[in-house]
Amino acid sequence: MRLELIIAGFGGQGVLFTGNLIAQASMLADYHVTYLPVYGPEMRGGTCNCTVIISDNPIASPLVLNPSFLIILNLPSFLKFIPRLKNKGRAIINSDLVKPEEIDNIEALQKKYKLYFVPVNSLAESLGKQMLANICALGAFYKVSKIFSRQNFEEALKYMLGESKAHLIEPNLKAFELGSKYIEEHYQVR
Amino acid sequence: MSKPFQVPKSLKKTPFHYCPGCQHGVAHRLVCEVIDELGIQDKSLAISSIGCSVFLYFYIDVDMTEAPHGRACAAATGAKRARPDLVVFTYQGDGDFAAIGFNESFQAAARGEKITSIMINNTIYGMTGGQASPTTLPGQKTTTTPAGRDPETFGYPPKIAEILATLEGVAYSARVALNSPKRIVEAKRAIKNAFLAQINNLGFGFVEILSTCPINWKMDPVSAVKAVDKVIEYFPLGIFKDKVTPFLKNQK
Amino acid sequence: MKKDKKILAKGVEAIVFGALEAECKCYFGYPITPQNDIPELMSRELPKRGGVFLQAESELAAINMVLGACATGARAMTSSSSPGISLMCESFSYLAALELPAVVVNVMRGGPGLGGIETSQGDYFQATKGSGHGDFRFLVLAPSNAQEAYELTAKAFELAEKYRNPVMILSDAILGQMKEPLVLKKLKIKKYPPETWALTGAKGRNSRFFRSLFLDAEELRQHNLKLMKKYQTMQKEIRYEAKVEEDTEVLVVAFGSMARLANEAIEDLRNKGYQVGYFRPITLYPFPYKTLKEIVTKAKKPLKILVPEQNCGQMFEDVKLAVEGKAEVISLPYPPSVVPFPEDLKKEIKKCLNPSKSRKV
Repeated sequence: MRLELIIAGFGGQGVLFTGNLIAQASMLADYHVTYLPVYGPEMRGGTCNCTVIISDNPIASPLVLNPSFLIILNLPSFLKFIPRLKNKGRAIINSDLVKPEEIDNIEALQKKYKLYFVPVNSLAESLGKQMLANICALGAFYKVSKIFSRQNFEEALKYMLGESKAHLIEPNLKAFELGSKYIEEHYQVR
Repeated sequence: MSKPFQVPKSLKKTPFHYCPGCQHGVAHRLVCEVIDELGIQDKSLAISSIGCSVFLYFYIDVDMTEAPHGRACAAATGAKRARPDLVVFTYQGDGDFAAIGFNESFQAAARGEKITSIMINNTIYGMTGGQASPTTLPGQKTTTTPAGRDPETFGYPPKIAEILATLEGVAYSARVALNSPKRIVEAKRAIKNAFLAQINNLGFGFVEILSTCPINWKMDPVSAVKAVDKVIEYFPLGIFKDKVTPFLKNQK
Repeated sequence: MKKDKKILAKGVEAIVFGALEAECKCYFGYPITPQNDIPELMSRELPKRGGVFLQAESELAAINMVLGACATGARAMTSSSSPGISLMCESFSYLAALELPAVVVNVMRGGPGLGGIETSQGDYFQATKGSGHGDFRFLVLAPSNAQEAYELTAKAFELAEKYRNPVMILSDAILGQMKEPLVLKKLKIKKYPPETWALTGAKGRNSRFFRSLFLDAEELRQHNLKLMKKYQTMQKEIRYEAKVEEDTEVLVVAFGSMARLANEAIEDLRNKGYQVGYFRPITLYPFPYKTLKEIVTKAKKPLKILVPEQNCGQMFEDVKLAVEGKAEVISLPYPPSVVPFPEDLKKEIKKCLNPSKSRKV
């Protein structure tokens, strides 16, 4: 197994945190992992992406040209990274900001790739916590990729949040469940 | 029978390399007398600097390292932080302390490092052959101010002892001179207090010692000693900060 | 037996944990991107262990605080990134001259001048040859993953004391900022008691002094010869990683994060049957000249050597020196901020292969 994931969006959408969490959970599932952040000089609002590689074998390069998996949180990231996705690659796409009906070549793309449109902003809003859109996307990733267990995720989340932010664990888990459930209800996952 | 006058134990027997009439020798001796009186020879660590006193390790018999030009107070900070039980002092010239190294000196003083700094102010770069220093007096001729220091172009000499006295971290700051027996006695008292500031954990201890440089001042030693009085007109002698005396009084 | 703790760590965090594993006592530093995790983590971890953390007023002060602490025999370090390291260079010369066992970390970023905060390997020359005036050398270690950064940093303190010479960890922004699993192994780091030389107050012994000024010409010559001899004995610390056979046609030589990209490219090509090899110097000084020359001498076919670097061709010069004209050495310069993908390297490697013969059947 080897999965090369790029997560991309605006700064402030939790791109790096999501990448960290996935890397942490995958490490707990006993995989080799690398996590490499790439971001502009802006602390907030700029574009931001990170690369997470998860593999059965030791990983040499932490950089990939053609990822096998994408988590896309906004339109500029969609336009930038979809052309780089490997043939038959998979992508979780924030359908609140990237609407399938507005994409010209959507049919061609869907033939080439497996695209999962998930309205992560709306899902997070239904919890009253818009900032958890990234975790909804992570829940979707969990369901589609099947790399790590829910328990791995929970453990990673607790580790990342630490004691000072322990009160955020519950809402994060809820967002995770929503994302995961959305995939279950709207897509057939092998 | 007690000997009223003898060579300090912590002063090595090496003859000084200093020029005739230079007061580094007097200053070295005073530092050594203080080291002896405080009984700290075997727990002292000195930082020698760049300038005429670079060979301090040939004269003062304590553990010592050289530091790059201007960085003595930073090196002293590192040593003291690593070994708070040691008595750490720097011995620097006005160029080392107040020109190239002013930031290190100032910041160490501002942090209130428990170290002691002795700055010899002879208003000139002695070792390199008599160029202007930050403390060169207005009108004073040097090899780089041949027409005399013009404050319009070279600015004014900073009064380091007064500047440091304004810092919270400084426990003791004084300016002394060595051009009369009385002043030498006062200088020794100041040096001792600057060490006591450190030993009693009160903060940074500082003494600026006005000193001669007959060769570069182009004077004979006696005229140079007298000329220090002119230096004092710009750089007044005095104790500008003293947390040591009240502290010791309270101890009693 | 208790299992060693495994964490997901940035390279810079691995460096801190390595230093702590070696019982580093003092850290002095001045903030600069992209290595600020080092002082930040140190400021939390060192005081807990009875150590000293102090944010200095500049890199000049930081390195001289290290000088003062090392003079007392304490394990002390600093870290910075390229422009900050430049500021320390004068004092590097003093540290080497005074034979003080300092550990310095450079997480390289783009230059020259202020450059950028993107990754770079532009300080290879500075680290291995020119980090200050006069004849002196740092032992330079170049890790290429978090685990190695942890272990080499810990080892750096041992080597610094063994040779009483400064040791530099040369890392870069990619290694520094990427995260990967790190096993916080218990390491055996030898201690060389500083009692015989350190400045600890002259109790029960004669006073000692460290100096680098020798106005007597013969004394200065002897001091230089003594240092030279020491650098020669440091040759036995040479470390490298190699994947090379006698029928290798193209050898890629790279260090640090670039070596990871090269390794990926080489592994892929080897799996496809290409006769390509990989060589990674881990010590940049001393540089494995001899080993590289042996590889070239033993090669059955004319060997082409590719040297990809995130600079305009620096280690390239050492590789050329090593092979003494017996192999073609080609520089692949990737100046700062353009990091090649393994695919780019594969293209370059394939250009060097003989299209008809180089693939094993």
